[in-house]
Amino acid sequence: MTTPSAGSSATRVKTRPNDLPLRLYNGLMSLGDVVFVPLQKLLGFKNMGYVFVLPNLLVFGVFILLPMLLNFYFGFTSGDSILLENRTWVGTDNLSRILQCSNYADITTCREDLFWRGMMNTAIFVVGQVGIMVLIALITALALNRPIWGRGFFRSVFFYPVLLSPVVVALIWEWILQDQYGLLNALLNGIGLKPIAFLLEANWARFWVILVSVWSQMGFFTLILLAGLQSIPPELYEAAALDGAAKWSGFRFITLPLLMPTMVVVLVLALIRAVQVFDVVYVLTNGGPGTATLYLVQYIYRTGFEHRQYGLAAAASIILAVVLMVLTIGQLRLGRESDAA
Amino acid sequence: MSSRTSSQPRQGIAGFLLRRQGRKRATTADLITYLYLVLGTVIMFGPVVWLVMSSFKPIEGLYDFPPTFLPLRRETAVVPGYDKPLELYDVTVEDGSVRRLAQVNRIGLEARMVDPANPDAAPIKVNINTREPVKSVHFSLTNYTDAVERYPFWVYLRNTVVVTLAATLVTLLINSMAAFGLSKYRYAGRDAIFLVMIATLMVPVTVIMVPAFLVIAKVGWVNNLWGLIIPSAATPTGVFLLRQYMLTIPDELLESARIDGASEWRIFSQIVLPLAAPALAVLTIFSVMWRWNDFLWPLIVVSKSELFTLQVGLNAFQGELNVQWNYILAMTVLTLIPISIIFAVLQKYITTGIATTGMK
Repeated sequence: MTTPSAGSSATRVKTRPNDLPLRLYNGLMSLGDVVFVPLQKLLGFKNMGYVFVLPNLLVFGVFILLPMLLNFYFGFTSGDSILLENRTWVGTDNLSRILQCSNYADITTCREDLFWRGMMNTAIFVVGQVGIMVLIALITALALNRPIWGRGFFRSVFFYPVLLSPVVVALIWEWILQDQYGLLNALLNGIGLKPIAFLLEANWARFWVILVSVWSQMGFFTLILLAGLQSIPPELYEAAALDGAAKWSGFRFITLPLLMPTMVVVLVLALIRAVQVFDVVYVLTNGGPGTATLYLVQYIYRTGFEHRQYGLAAAASIILAVVLMVLTIGQLRLGRESDAA
Repeated sequence: MSSRTSSQPRQGIAGFLLRRQGRKRATTADLITYLYLVLGTVIMFGPVVWLVMSSFKPIEGLYDFPPTFLPLRRETAVVPGYDKPLELYDVTVEDGSVRRLAQVNRIGLEARMVDPANPDAAPIKVNINTREPVKSVHFSLTNYTDAVERYPFWVYLRNTVVVTLAATLVTLLINSMAAFGLSKYRYAGRDAIFLVMIATLMVPVTVIMVPAFLVIAKVGWVNNLWGLIIPSAATPTGVFLLRQYMLTIPDELLESARIDGASEWRIFSQIVLPLAAPALAVLTIFSVMWRWNDFLWPLIVVSKSELFTLQVGLNAFQGELNVQWNYILAMTVLTLIPISIIFAVLQKYITTGIATTGMK
């Protein structure tokens, strides 16, 4: 800008880039005046709280709260119509149908053996996935907590897969795990082993579903654990070093106990998420081979949307909700205990 | 002190890489840490890099075994006297030397080859086991162009962008209004409303799939993009995050604005929202991520292919009987590019945002 009045034009140039968005914002927001100013005159400013909460509450009530309540109604009725008026009340029939087995040691004798298979698979998945993931996340967080070069870079690398959508994650791995042309089988071939149909053999499929979900979620838990580690005051370690404590005992007696509250949060969040495993597996194996990777949520999805047995699906999701509730309450309990300790 | 003076600073690249804060020498623990982190980088990044590399391979290169890291293309040459470009091969001839020849045709185990430099000579007969195809690195875009042509990629992209932007705008507006109403006013039932919202944080979509679908059907939003935009906008997480932030804005500020005659909406839009900008930024990033990656909800609500989002569309391709990986790879890369760019630019905010709020 080479205008003679350099001073004033400089300030104008400076503010100009922000001008349009600001004017746009103000213009849009003054639309709110049209609705809110008369309302305020009508209700008085003290009652405006209700008005502000209302839109969110409405959406929340209709699409979250109402379905939650309706879920119970579905759970206690049967019929293949989703319309409430066409459903017949059957009481606890759905629940008992799901829970009924002639021999509880053998799930093939259950009336809904698929549900039980889903439960079993979910239990195995949860133990394996949470165990492996929390261990690796802890090791990674400890590594990232060291004063090393390139920390920010490594932190981002480990976090990146968290942002990928479940479909993308599943497709990336499906491509790598291909039985004929896959990268992994090429590596196996390179060291003289026979190719394995990773996603078509039950135990391999279970294994890879766990590893893939660890891969895609680990970074999130690493970040939380890292934040926990960084909140431990370094003076504690210095004091311990002055007292002649070994490095290992610093970890054992300072890091671990002080990390416990974060650990509890991580464990429970991971558990809650693992119990709901669905989307990655839905794309990667679709529950297969057979029912080897059929998990609880996919059972609900299949029963409800593919077989149109809405009552059974709702009853199963009530059971899922109970499981999640128990886990959440467990978290609060554990959290309180570790706070007290 | 003695240990510090005795340790000589290392020279060269190794010295640079092993240098630590505080100028102490790298320990074994540091080396193990680096080894672990580098291995981790390969495992975390490798699959994505492999996907991107594969997406540039022409279809015949895709099914090469063993696969190559870089996308390769068969080299061809135009030889005078032949209509089509001929494939080039390195042929080991009888005297042991290697000659680069073009293949005219192949019959059984024998191939007839011609020297591109001397096309008039009679073709030489060569055993096919003595020749290797000539390949060169070439990033082919045909997978991308074909995929975009064959599948309604732009439609899916448009749907995804519309849903992501609209849902994020609605989320920001109604969540911030609710947070304002829950943090800056006192009225009967306020705490109850907040508690019920927070309690449902624990209830995922997976639990209420069936009745939620009924509600959507009753409202008339099955196979309608509004069904993807509105229901997910009332996120309890967003309300919680913004409310906690707005609690830190002093009430005196609002009081003095009221004395100056500002309406409640003015106070909200001109004072509270600008002050809550950092929290709004975090919520914006999260909301974009959530909506872009959403899979289960669109899968339930939308069944017409012209309303598919990218995620549902991608899933539909891979569910086809004859999986066409060349297209899927290209589409997958296109789907992950926007999120990757957002991450590259805003990674600092995203990682600190998650570390402080503990949400995803």
